[in-house]
Order: sequence, then C-alpha cells, then structure tokens
Amino acid sequence: MEGTNNDVVLLDFWPSSFGMRLRIALALKGIQYEGREENLFDKSTLLLEMNSVHKKIPVLIHNGKPICESLIILEYIDQVWHDKYPLLPSHPYDRSQARFWADYVDKKIYSTGRRVWSGKGEDQEEAKKEFIEILKTLEGELGDKTYFGGDDNLGFVDVALVPFTSWFYSYETCANFSIEAVCPKLVAWAKRCMQIECVANSLPHPHKIYDYVLELKHKFGLDTN
Amino acid sequence: MEDENNKVTLHGMWISTYAKKVELALKIKGITFDYVEEDLSNKSSLLLQYNPIYKKVPVLLHRGKPVSESLVILEYIDETWKNEPRFLPEDPYERATVRFWATYCLQMSDTMKKAFISDKDVEEGAFDEFFEKLKVMEEGMKDFFPGGRSIICADNLRLLDIIIVCSLGTYKAAEEVLGMKILDPEKYPFVYSWVNTLLELPLVKETLPQHDKVVSRLEFIKQNGFTFQSHIS
Repeated sequence: MEGTNNDVVLLDFWPSSFGMRLRIALALKGIQYEGREENLFDKSTLLLEMNSVHKKIPVLIHNGKPICESLIILEYIDQVWHDKYPLLPSHPYDRSQARFWADYVDKKIYSTGRRVWSGKGEDQEEAKKEFIEILKTLEGELGDKTYFGGDDNLGFVDVALVPFTSWFYSYETCANFSIEAVCPKLVAWAKRCMQIECVANSLPHPHKIYDYVLELKHKFGLDTN
Repeated sequence: MEDENNKVTLHGMWISTYAKKVELALKIKGITFDYVEEDLSNKSSLLLQYNPIYKKVPVLLHRGKPVSESLVILEYIDETWKNEPRFLPEDPYERATVRFWATYCLQMSDTMKKAFISDKDVEEGAFDEFFEKLKVMEEGMKDFFPGGRSIICADNLRLLDIIIVCSLGTYKAAEEVLGMKILDPEKYPFVYSWVNTLLELPLVKETLPQHDKVVSRLEFIKQNGFTFQSHIS
C-alpha cells in the first residue's frame, strides 16, 4: 500500500525455521506484511542489497530499512509493536533468561539437526545422541509450564524453538528414531503450540519439509552409499 | 552502604575477552562487584552450578541469580542499571543495528582465535577468514559512525566500544607472538584508530590484561594448542 507508515516486507524461504520465527511473531501481533519468497540458489538483488554482510534470509524490511538475523529481528518486532502480544518478559532477569535460551536454541539445534538428517553411520549416531541431549535440556527448562513463556502465552523462547518442530519428522525418519519416545514433554509442548492458529499457519507440514530434505540429499549426493 | 541483597559477583578469567567485556561494563556503570578468578583447568563448583549448560566464564551473579553468555550479561547490566552511559540506543532500528555488529564482532573475534591455534600457517591462509571479517567490520563501522566515532571518554562508552576494545585490545601482543600485523592502520584505519583511542582510557588500561602477560600466555597457547579455547564463552 503506497504511502503507509508501516510498510513491512519479509524476505523468507518457506522451509527456513528462522523465517518461520518471524511469520509467527508478525501473525501473533497482527502485523500486515508482504512475504517475499527467495530462491536461495538464485538470490534476488534486493536480498543481496539488504543483507550484504551475510546474504541470508530472513530479512525484515521496515519502511525501507533492513534488519537481519532472526533473533535480532524478533527483538525489533517485539520492541516496535510492543502493545500486542509481548514476547519478552518485562523483568530484566527474566529477559536475560529468555535471551540465554533463545541463544541456546540458535547455537545447538540447527547445526546438530543438520548432522542428524544429512549424516551417515557413526556421525549420524553421534549427532542423534547430541540432539536428544539438547532436546532433554530444553525439556528441563520448560519444566511443568505450558509454554517456555509461562502458562498463558507464548514467549520469546517458544517462538525461537517451535519452528524446528516442523523438522522433527525429517530428523526422525532420516535417523530412525522417535523424538516423542525420548522427549514426550517437548512433543506435548509442540502440540500445544500448534493449537495456536498463528503458529499452525506459519509452519509448513512436516511431510513437505521431508520432501524438501530428500531433494537436498539428492542434490548434494547425500542419498548414495 | 553495601546492600547484601544487591551483591554483584563476576566469575571471570584474566585473559578471557568475554569476561573482560563484562568487567569493563560493570566498571563503566560504576557498579561495585566481587571478582572470582576461575582456574579453567579446575573449575569451581560454583561455576559449574551457575553455568551448568556451558560451564564457562563469564558468569554474573546478581542477587544470588546467575546470568551467562557475555552479550546477554551486557544487556542485563544495561537494563538493570539504567544510569548513563546506556550501552544500547533507545531507537529500535539503531538498537538492532548495534546488536547486529556486536554479534558480528564476536564472530570475527572467534575467527581470530581459531586462526591463532590453527595448524595452518599464516602463509597457508589461516588468517584469511579473519581479515575478511575485519574488512567487513571496517566498512560497517565507517557506515555506522559516518562522522567518525565521536569523542570517546569513560562517560560515553557504548556496547560496540566495549566489544571492540575487549576483542581486539590485546592485538599488539598477538602481533608480537605471530610476527605479523593483525590491525594494519593502512588497511583498517577506522578500527585501528578506534581501538587505539579506547586503549588510551585509564578505565580500559586498568581492565585489559598486561601486554607481557598476554604475550607469554599466547606463546604458550601457540605451542601447546587449545584446551584453553573450550572453556571460554
């Protein structure tokens, strides 16, 4: 819409867990935006210009100005649109804990998960063990709460983590294990999150992710012995 | 009058660039704190209790509750002690930009550490990735501070000042041990001038580790590898 004060564009890629975080946040806060799908094997000039340092999605462009790195974008969204559905708590100590755990998700889940779906033999087994430990650690942090953010609403850590649950079916199928069997509380949490429309509408179906993973494996020759 | 309830303790290690960031931040804000020097080959039970996830320094303890991860700690300090200088700007877009470059600077610093302990020689390209990142940092900072980084004094140090001087402040020691330039004033004039201006400040001088101690330690690490690296966040 021409001339509005709140022109929001999200450069995204449908299977990206990092992009999903922002779809969820924007939906929870009722923010209208234009989602633009990037082809990561043929990046647009806009993407290369808006994220010249990393050349990665997601990028949020707000009134023409780019913000990069999904957790930084999440904090930005939370600060600008603070009235509706705040994601970070208000007390500094609680905020520090939310940031710590979101950072933990960033450091651990993507890279270990990648070794789970793309690995073979010993490497895959080891990645699987590490991955389960990471999920168990997160279960410990969740405890008996409904969400990481508390009993009522999703919080910063929920939004940071829940996108990766759309990849669970792929991890399980590629590495032959059941996440629910080892981390039932976390899977129960994921199901509760999916009851929330904004979350369910922002995440692709796990089988679609799996098809994408098979494509990637084929493309990079990871499906041969 | 010291309020026991408000007690602040920092668990650090003298050569940890991450712990130094927190130490400098506390001093800039004028916060009284106790300091515990950790022996990373023999970590205290307190450290393991306060940071069970990573078992690393720095850990900040405030009112008996621990905070870990240096950037998380710096933001916690800024949000709890709201006196000047504020480390982060109020404006959301500027704040996001500062966070972006703070994270990037930490990545650049990690790259330098990896290069330092790498099996590859400088000639084989061990430092290439670091110099690429330093170049990006140079260009990024020139854009971010279009008129140059204005008069720096202890009263107006911000997040990026803290991060850059603690990450690169001991560069001369590294240059001595490696026998090569890390921060070439001709290639990276902005960063060079910024770091050296910060190094003049008494508060920074008294916080960063002494040159000779760093040189000995870096020589030791270069010869003996990197069990050191895994203990520091």
